[in-house]
Parts: sequence; structure tokens; C-alpha cells
Amino acid sequence: MKAFDYAAPRTESQVVDLLSPQAGHTEIIAGGTDLMGLMRSMVVRPDRVVNIMEVESLRELGPDDQGAIRIGAAVHLDELLSIPYLENYPALGQALRGMNSMQLQAQGTVGGDICVQPRCWFYRSGLSSLVDAQGVIEQGDHRNHAIFGNAGPAKFVSGSRLAPALIALEAEVRLLGPQPDEQRWIPLADLYRIPRLQGQRHTTLEAGQFVTHIRLPAVDLAQGGATSGAYEVRHGEGPDYPLAAAAVKLSFSGSTNGVATISDARVVLGQVAPTPWFSEEARRALIGRVVTPQIAEEAGEAAVLRATPLARNRAKVQHAKVAVKRAVLLAAGLETGGF
Amino acid sequence: MADIQYTWPSKEKASVLGHSVLRLDGLEKSVGAAKYTYDINLKNQLIAQALGSPYGHCKIKSIDIAPAMKVKGVVHVELLRKAGDELQWNGELIAMVAAESEGAAGEGVAALKVDYEVLPSFTHDENLEEAKKRKLTTKAGGKVELQNEPGDDDDEEEFEAAEIERLFKESVHVVEGYYGVDAIAHCCLEPHGSTVEWDGDKLKAYHSTQNVSGTDEGFATALNITSDDVEVECNFIGGGFGSKFAADYWSVAAARVSKETGRPVKFMLSRDQELKIAGNRPSGYINVRLGADKNGVVQIWDSHHWGTAGTKGRGVSQSVIPYVFRPKNFRRLATGVKTNTVGSRAWRAPNHPQACAMTQTAYDDLAAKMGVSSYDIFLRNLENISSRQTADVYRRELEIAAKLMDWKAKWHPHGKGEAQGSIVEGMGIALHEWGGVANNSSATIRIHPDGGVESFCGTQELGTGTRTACAMVVAETFGLAPTDIKVHIGNSKLPVSGASGGSTTIGAISESHRRASLNALAKLFESVAGKLSAKAEQLEAVGGVIRVQGDPAKSIGWREACGSLGLKPLEASASHKRGDKSSLSSEGVGGVQMAHVAVDRETGVVRMKKYVAVQDMGLVVNPVTAESQIYGAVIMGISYALYEHRLTDPATGAFINSEMADYKLPRIGDIGEIVVELFEPEDQRQRGVIGLGEPPVISPGAAISNAVANALGVRVPVLPLIPERVLDALKAGKA
Ligand SMILES: Cc1cc2nc3c(=O)[nH]c(=O)nc-3n(C[C@H](O)[C@H](O)[C@H](O)COP(=O)(O)OP(=O)(O)OC[C@H]3O[C@@H](n4cnc5c(N)ncnc54)[C@H](O)[C@@H]3O)c2cc1C
Repeated sequence: MKAFDYAAPRTESQVVDLLSPQAGHTEIIAGGTDLMGLMRSMVVRPDRVVNIMEVESLRELGPDDQGAIRIGAAVHLDELLSIPYLENYPALGQALRGMNSMQLQAQGTVGGDICVQPRCWFYRSGLSSLVDAQGVIEQGDHRNHAIFGNAGPAKFVSGSRLAPALIALEAEVRLLGPQPDEQRWIPLADLYRIPRLQGQRHTTLEAGQFVTHIRLPAVDLAQGGATSGAYEVRHGEGPDYPLAAAAVKLSFSGSTNGVATISDARVVLGQVAPTPWFSEEARRALIGRVVTPQIAEEAGEAAVLRATPLARNRAKVQHAKVAVKRAVLLAAGLETGGF
Repeated sequence: MADIQYTWPSKEKASVLGHSVLRLDGLEKSVGAAKYTYDINLKNQLIAQALGSPYGHCKIKSIDIAPAMKVKGVVHVELLRKAGDELQWNGELIAMVAAESEGAAGEGVAALKVDYEVLPSFTHDENLEEAKKRKLTTKAGGKVELQNEPGDDDDEEEFEAAEIERLFKESVHVVEGYYGVDAIAHCCLEPHGSTVEWDGDKLKAYHSTQNVSGTDEGFATALNITSDDVEVECNFIGGGFGSKFAADYWSVAAARVSKETGRPVKFMLSRDQELKIAGNRPSGYINVRLGADKNGVVQIWDSHHWGTAGTKGRGVSQSVIPYVFRPKNFRRLATGVKTNTVGSRAWRAPNHPQACAMTQTAYDDLAAKMGVSSYDIFLRNLENISSRQTADVYRRELEIAAKLMDWKAKWHPHGKGEAQGSIVEGMGIALHEWGGVANNSSATIRIHPDGGVESFCGTQELGTGTRTACAMVVAETFGLAPTDIKVHIGNSKLPVSGASGGSTTIGAISESHRRASLNALAKLFESVAGKLSAKAEQLEAVGGVIRVQGDPAKSIGWREACGSLGLKPLEASASHKRGDKSSLSSEGVGGVQMAHVAVDRETGVVRMKKYVAVQDMGLVVNPVTAESQIYGAVIMGISYALYEHRLTDPATGAFINSEMADYKLPRIGDIGEIVVELFEPEDQRQRGVIGLGEPPVISPGAAISNAVANALGVRVPVLPLIPERVLDALKAGKA
């Protein structure tokens, strides 16, 4: 690990002050469960590390005036797990529980999870940069790499466990910086991008900018509300990265023979593309339908219809398909039929 | 002195042996007080880290250490390789940087400027055709054994070929299959390494080793000193599994750096280095054809297997194929595949787990083909075995295992189980054999006049409970409790004892400690005989007293008895030589295991439901640690059956999953229910102590593969049975 300066500011604006306007010079540390490993292996080599865990406002957790849930970036995952209103967001609860790791849940944070560095063993072992202009990944063992959004030089997959659920649930994030008072809310989906140029990262965060809060819109249960579900295909019980993941939010209107029909669906896949991946095809396969195992299967098939697997990652296509199918079933309160 | 009978007490008489004794060092370990090599930090020490080759195959064009020397805190850079050298595998160490802190050492390593010429590498050992094309195969032996002999005029090879074809033609059932098991890393939780310190010309090495008595020489030879000037210490070790027998070039380098800088040096491999260079188990892939009679008894086996043990090829020894089952007629052929991977090291029961997984899968496919229970096929084929255990013991163990698994009630023909959603279940069996002979071992016992007892032996505690077993044997002999004995092990200056490999430790230390303590006891008896007005040979030590046999009223407390020694402690020693016949120990164990799994056909994910391990080991010294040993072995077996393997990148030759996040190991929720049964009927106990460390790790690969095949109705040929392979097999099965 490279020697570094360490700062533990108390306010959001102090955080911004301490962040370098140049990329790569400073890194934010939250729970540190990912950052520490990357620093030890010298993949990430900041001159300064800014600990955000002592900023009071980043620990905020609860409903705001409009009933939306505000989650500070430094809230630990297990704190989130224990809030009563989580039951209105089943997909989020399922994603959190799926980690199956007391350590990650107790130490990891919501901000750290959604900003987590991509999953790519070439990048993490120093054999390639995130933007792989040399084609190391394409020629190499890329069994865990992207099956969507992989036409460019970035082939890694987004590793966040919560992003698919949060995006399906229409979460927004608050960004602060690079100026101390420069803040804005953006849809969480817009935090991610597929980098194309050397040096670009996997998020749209500028140098000097960071995530302070996440906001989940209120769920109106009285109105029939919306249901959601998340499913991860995991090799073992965890906490390792899933093989594929999906989260689904379903809205219902009217009914077919007394059974609710889907009026809208947000289907977001994880671990399959350099960003969390919206499936418009799966959405279309669901709208106007009543959830049955058959319809869930069709949504899964639709979700992977336009997958572009590389030479060695075909299994991910099947896993993505099953993840979507099972997330739809879970959202509808049906059995998945699998583990 | 009368002749001493070196025997064990009967089961009824034994007061310590065969009774579960919790590890004497358990508390120390669980509160973190136990000092592993990784925990040793000496005053004024330097921390060293090393740079390894990033590629599977490359040449060093140039090395510039100047930028590393400029890093603040860096004290010394030791070159292990030089410009022009060719590096044959990923991770091979190039240079070591010693610094004031871990951070500075890491920064120093990153600052080393090395230019490489990347050379073509080959790491895909499963691909025999490609290896042949690149001329990277070697002959790895073979054997043909046929009941019929060629006539005088026959050409031997022609006769063999014809005879084998005849036997297949006569066979009622023929199975052709492909099976395999990938290379895996030892993946010791505590990586290899040492903290070393010089006192003048004397070296003290705190070294993570399975071979305390035998590594001093390795250091001495490499450093051009003599072994008497080397002291090796290892009180606790975080895993070795056969990979920690040597001084290792990186620890020798640390000793050089220490000499050069005049300061203690600590060097432990990083996690990825541990996986990349500090030990792996050879891969094995096999093409098999077998022919059986109408009852499913195999009459002819014909196989060719290949695999890699590194740059020299080799692979799994042909001598253990077919495994345990050994039909009267067989032909086996082996090919080594040279790859750009570091040489393998012994891994728990070398060759056996792979051989088992390459043999008993085929026997299970025979059961599948015949539509009969694997149990029956395994039972019937006990007719023809090659094992250091008897068919009779296997039969009894099979019966017990079947009962514990509820095999009969749960069994269904391969692929015919009822699916619950996408989940199907299945069961499989495998059996194994191993030696477990007692290694060389010397021990000294000291009895103090105040009753204190110490034992001294240059063996080591691998986490298996050796320290506790030493105390138990001495305590049994003296009629004391294990906690009464102060055990000294883990240092090369103690009486020499063999390396802990080959499951030879429990036999070794049982021999030396029993003999030495019987010798000591005989002397003590001489010394107290007068007090009890009896002859020394009439005395016995039981329940904390020394008393006259048959006249228990005539007794004297242990402490008081020791008082008769006067001012000086009593010492007695003994040695056991490996291979010497003894009634205390012998060799040769079997063991039967059964697996029950569930498979999700849509995702290819396999989950363990239940696992049964029935294991014989002669006389059981400490049931609780014996059971732990089997639990651990089964978990390690589940690991290589379902999760772990070395993945090498075809483009760079790098061991690409060498970090823990990618090198999959099972978690506690992945192992299901494990049921362990120690098989110790009197006829086995009579054989004395036999090692157990390795045998229970042999069967899981085959047993779990068989269970998955039973669930799916198709074979997933190569271990580990990761989801994508399960999906591939299902697809191929349908086509
Ligand atoms: C065994 C193991 C398994 C893991 N499995 C997974 C997995 O399956 N999926 C997964 O996603 N991760 C996984 N991780 C990585 C990581 O532990 C989790 O993602 C965790 O939630 C990260 O939270 P943290 O607070 O510890 O993040 P940190 O390590 O503190 O930070 C992670 C990254 O986010 C940046 N960051 C943190 N907070 C902010 C913020 N507010 N604004 C901007 N940037 C920020 C940091 O600079 C850093 O680059 C695993 C880690 C381990 C050790």
C-alpha cells in the first residue's frame, strides 16, 4: 500500500474541500471493505484518503416530508436492513439479505455499495485498465464479464448489489461538489456510465464530487402500490459476487378476470454489463400481462434476447434470464421453483 | 529392568485414550493469544515484500531497482532473478524489497522497474490435443495387466490389444466416459513465510512449516552454514496441507536480507502469491472404457489420463489408477502435460483424490447404465480391489454409511428423481484407501521430583491436535490427566521427529511418547518399588497413583512417588523408526463416504444436503479431534468438488482468480449436514494407531460428482462442478 494522508472531516463541505480536483489523487473511504483491498494491491493509489464516516448528515436515515426515504451515503447496510419501512421495498430487502455476510453488512455502506469499483479480475490484478484498449479481456478468460453494453473497450461488470433494486425502485442520488455548495439530485441510473476513454471511471462523478444521499420515492400502499422483487444467482451462499442479478418493480392497474394486470415494469439487471442494465424488452414482455410462471419465463427470455456474450461467458446469459424470471415471480409473491 | 511391553491398554482399561479431550491450546487459539508465524514481530524488524512475474511466461529485459531504493523507508532490495532470465510461471518472484513498514515495502515493490518480453505461454492442461500440437506432452508411464499371458510366438502389444478387445466383446455392459479434476491451490489461510533473525552466525527462523525438525537443513544448505547454527520454530500453523515442508527460496532470501541489513526480517507471501506459487495439486483428466459382466462386476478397465504438475508435466501418478477398484484385467496409460505453472506440491493424500474422482465416477456411470443402485455396484466390485484395507472392512463401512444416509429409502435410479420446481436431488458414493504409517519420531519425557511432567519432541501442531495427543499418550501411561503434561513441540532443537505429511504424525508421536513414557515409568517404578515393598514390575500407574497390581490398597500418590527421585528429575527417551514393526501402530485404512445433493437445473447451482463419512483409523486416540479432522477433510472435499480451481488466463498465462474474492471456497452455509462415524471395532483397534489426516479428503470429489450425476441423469465430467459446467452438461445431455 502506498503511503497516504488521511482526513476525517465532520461536514459535507469539508469533504468537498478535501477532495482533489484531479482524478485519482483522493479517494473517499466509507466502510473500506472494497477500497482497502484495492489499495493494498496498489490498483488504487491515492495521495489522500477522505473518511466520510464522521459526517453526521451522511448517517441520516428515515422518511422526509413527502414520505420518501432518505438514506445517507454512510449508512451501514445492516442499519438499512433493520428499518421498518423496508417492507415497502421488498427488492431492496432481498438484495441486502442476499449478501449473506454479517461482516459486509455491518461494515459496508450504501454509498460504498453503489460506488463500488467494477468487478473485473484483469483490472483488479493490474493486468488491464478499466478501459481495455489492448483487448486483454476479449482474448482472455472473461467468463464473468459483460454480456450487455460490451461493444466498446469496457467489458467489466458493475458489481453493486443494491443498484439494480434501487434503480428499479426509482431511487435518486444527491451529488455534492466540486464546488462546496454545488449540489444536485439525479436518478441513480444516471450515476453510471460505460467508460470509453482511458482514465474514465465507471461513474459520472467528477473529481471533487461525491454521493451524499439516496432517496427512495414514497410507496403508496393504499393505492395498490407497486410490488418489487430481486433475485441473484449465486454460486455459493455468499458473500461473493453473484453470477447474475435482477430486480423488478411492477405496477398494476385494472384486472383481467379479477387478476391484476401489469401497467408498468422496471426491470434492471446487475453483474451483466458495465452499468446496471435496464431491460426494455423485459418491460414490454410484462406490460399488460398477468404474472404467471409462463409470463415470468417470457420476461426472462426477452431480457436476454439482445445479449451479446463474448466467447466464454455464455452461462451468464442463462443466469441473467433466470434472475429476471425469478425476480418477477418474487415480485408477484410466487415461488421461484429454484434455490 | 524387566522387559517393557510396548502395547496399549485395552479399550476398557484406557482412561484417556479413546476419550474425547478438547484441544489443550484451544483457548489460546480462540482468543488470539496463540502466536502463528504471521504474528511474530521482532524488535527493529524490517518488513519485506516481493515482486512476482505478471505473466505465465516472459523474459526479463531489464530491472531497475533505483526507483524502489528512492522510496522513503526502503532499506534494501534483493534481486532473486536478473536481466535475461526467463520466468516460467505467473508469480515467480523476481525481487524482494525490505523496508521500515509494510506500506513502504509495497510502494518499493511497485516502484521496481522491470521490462518484460512476453513469451507464448500454455496453461490449458485439459486440452491434450493442443498440448500435443505444441509438443508439450511427456510419457508418464502405464501398465497392462491381463489374466491371460501371451503365447511364446505372440507379439506382446498385439496380444494385449486383441485380448482387451476380446474382454470388451465379452462384457455385458460397457461404459465409456470422460472425467477430470482441475488443479487447485493449497490456499493456506496463513500464507508461507517467516520472520528471521541472526545472532552472529546463528539463524533463528520463525517459519510456518509442517517440518520443524527438517527445515533447519534447508536453510543451512542454502546459506552455507551448518544445521547446528539454525533454529526453526513453529508453534502454530495456519494450514499447510502438504505445501509447507521446505525452507522455500523466499524465506532463504529473507535470511540473506536479514544478514545484509543486520536486522530481523519478516516476509510472508501476499494472498495472490500464496495461491500462485506456494503450492498446487496436479490436475487429472481421463478417458475411460470399462467392461462389466451381467452383475456389474468390472472385468476390464482401459484408460488414458493426462494432467499437469507444472513445467515438467507429470500429473497424477498412473500407479493409483483404477482407484481401489482394480479389475483383474486393466490397461492404464498416462501422459504429462507441461504448462507454464509452478511445480505442484504434495496436497493431502497426493494423487488419491484425483484418482478416486477419475475412477469411481466411471463405476457410478456403470450403475447408471444398468439402472441399478450405485451401492450394489460398489459392493459387488469389492471382489476386485487393490487397497491397504480389506474388502470386509469396506463392506461393513458401506453398511454403516447406508444406514446413516438412509440410502435405500432415499435412492432413485439416475435422473429419475422427482423434481421440485427446477430442483432435483441425488446421492453418490465413493471409497478410498491410505497408508498412515507412523513416521520417525523421538521424544524425551522428564518427570520432576515434585510430580511435574514435561515432554519434548520436534514434531509440530498442524491444527490437528498433535499437542493434545502427545499429552494424552503420556497421561494415559502415567495415570494422569492430559492437562498435567507440559508438552514442548514446534522447535528444531527438540528431539527429531518426522515431517507432518502422509498422515504419519499421530502414529509417530504415539509411538515415541508411549515408548519414552513407558521407559520413564519403568525407572520411576524402580525408584518407588521399595516404598511399596513390591517389585518394580508389579506396579501400575492408574488414576493419579502408583499401586501394586492386584493389591490396589498398596498405593502411593503420583507426586509422592516422584518425590522418591530425590533432587534430580528423571529423563527417559525413545525413538521410533518408520517402518519398524510395532504393536502400537500400523498402516492401511479404508473409508466410505456418501453424498446427498440438490441441483437447480435452471442455474446449474449444486447444494450439499447431507454428507456421511465412515472412517477407520485403527485405534482412535482422541475422538473429538479425529472427528474434526474428518469434518475439515469433507469441507475441503466439498470445496474442490463444487467451488475451487486454478483458472489460468489463456492470453496472459496469469492465475487469474488468485484473489480470495475470485478463488471460491465454500462458506458454512454451503456444506450441508456432515455426519462423521469413527469405525473402530476391536479388530481395527487391535491394529494400533494409524494416521487419518488425509484419507477422508479423498472421496468427496467422486461421491459428490456421483450424487450430481444421480440427480441429473447426466455426468458433469470435470470437477469442480461449477454452475456453467452443470448447464453445459445438461445441454449436451439433451442434444
Ligand atoms: C468478501 C467480499 C465480497 C464482496 N462482494 C461484493 C459483491 O458481491 N458486490 C459488490 O458490489 N461488492 C462486493 N464487495 C465489495 C464491497 O465490500 C461492497 O460493495 C461494500 O458495500 C462497499 O461498501 P464500503 O462502504 O465498504 O465501500 P468502500 O470500500 O469504503 O468504498 C467503495 C468505493 O466507493 C467509493 N465511495 C464510497 N463512498 C462513496 C461516496 N459516498 N461517494 C462517492 N464514492 C464513494 C470509494 O472511494 C471506493 O472506491 C465485497 C467485498 C468483500 C471483502
